Amino acid sequence: MRKAAILGVAMTPFGISDKTNLELFSDAGLDAIVHSNLEPGDIQALFFGNCLGAFEEGQLHMAPFAHSAIGLSMSAPAVRFECACATATVAIRQAIQMVQGGMYDVVLAGGTERAAAMGTPLATRTFAMASQAQYETPTGITFPGVFAMAANLYSYKYGISLDELKRHLAEVAVKNHFHGAKNPKAHFQKEITVEKVLSGMMVADPLQLLDCCPFSDGAAAVVVAEADKARNLMKKPIYVVGTGQASAGPLYVQQDLTRVKAREVAVKMAYDEAGLTPGDIDVCELHDCFTIAEVLAVESLGFYPFGQGYDAATRGETRLGGKIVVNPSGGLKAKGHPIGATGAAQVTEIVEQLRGEAGERQVDGAKIGLVDTLGGDLGTVCNLILREGK
Amino acid sequence: MSTELTFRQYQDGLADHIFLGLRCDTCGSCTVPPQKVCRNCGGSDLQVEELEKSGFIRTFTVIRVAAEGMNPPFVVAMVETSSGAWVMGNLIDIDPDDANMALIGRKVAIGSHLVKGDVYACGDIHSLRFTLLD
Repeated sequence: MRKAAILGVAMTPFGISDKTNLELFSDAGLDAIVHSNLEPGDIQALFFGNCLGAFEEGQLHMAPFAHSAIGLSMSAPAVRFECACATATVAIRQAIQMVQGGMYDVVLAGGTERAAAMGTPLATRTFAMASQAQYETPTGITFPGVFAMAANLYSYKYGISLDELKRHLAEVAVKNHFHGAKNPKAHFQKEITVEKVLSGMMVADPLQLLDCCPFSDGAAAVVVAEADKARNLMKKPIYVVGTGQASAGPLYVQQDLTRVKAREVAVKMAYDEAGLTPGDIDVCELHDCFTIAEVLAVESLGFYPFGQGYDAATRGETRLGGKIVVNPSGGLKAKGHPIGATGAAQVTEIVEQLRGEAGERQVDGAKIGLVDTLGGDLGTVCNLILREGK
Repeated sequence: MSTELTFRQYQDGLADHIFLGLRCDTCGSCTVPPQKVCRNCGGSDLQVEELEKSGFIRTFTVIRVAAEGMNPPFVVAMVETSSGAWVMGNLIDIDPDDANMALIGRKVAIGSHLVKGDVYACGDIHSLRFTLLD
């Protein structure tokens, strides 16, 4: 099998934008192409992520418009991906596999979303469309609600009082805002305190406002290329050494939602392919859509035993300078979460970290990075392991 | 022999206060809500069975910021049914402000109520609702 590498990466500022989805994607896509020392005509396929364009702009079939908006060749097919919040990571993994399999040499992959543009009531409704429509959505379950149920079950299962758990969860938000304050493209660039998190409006018991990521607008894109070609185009291509993706059914089939089983399967695939273990990872961008989601992730990615990852942020182990730096970009929590773009922004951060270009939030000596993106109510998880140097 | 239990048949059962599920001939697991294969082993030899309408709360939340068209606060819970399958529904006989961790493990009766579909939904749906026992 051929080797794949990431060339140029780019993201727009995340937050609230007046730009259209096509304008946002054009900004990120063209930057990623330029950073790769390529031209639009060199791209052989576009793997385009967008979840909710129909509700954001009344727009379906956005991929060919995005393709045309950045001047790709007509012979380069444009395909839309939708895997809820894991959309762009899945698109990038498909690009990697197509390159590895010899189908293409150069693919542009990423996504765009205008989640903030919908406003909270419609955004909450449309996000809930990723729950099972016949047997879950009619209960009024929301995405904060799904993770709130995970938090309560975590507290019960491991015998950690809810008050204690909530203080540690608040530390996750504080840590990610600390990182986000160093990221000029983050939706939130200011630090917060535990007290502020614990005094926020209740969204879904026990999760309060600052336990939740925001609805954001934004786009991100990356160029995936065959490794030999990549070396000729760029001084520091970042190599893909392992990938994994797994799927699970609705929550009522998954049952114990403190264990994200799709993640356990996906990340094992990625570690096995890379010949690496959790201890080898220097920096990780993982799916902290809610503070409890980061706790579940650090456990199922293998950084902590189950039931023991809840106080990692409190102990400073996941903060810049800690033993495994988690979400130096600010994560979904502070950097923002335009769902169809999120995975490409995570890859962008890891690639910049491995190139030593992350500025104030640089993880010293980072050589190996892990991307973790979760879609829907734990139904899709996609992982990528990237490495600097051969 | 495969026996089908469609969404519509399951819904008609709930409307008549009957809780239908599927018992797997291969592994013995119960699958509810219905699908073509066993949720546990993927086997397709399933028999329709009337299920006991009780279970235990495994987790819950109080939705306070809701999707458009909903009236929060309300309680959503996941219940492990007596047959072993987990289902999602609404716990209705409690003031949401009184919902706390002591709910986890409580025994509930399982019933249903008709939820009016919004503009995006495909019609009205009989959704599960739970009431506390003992």
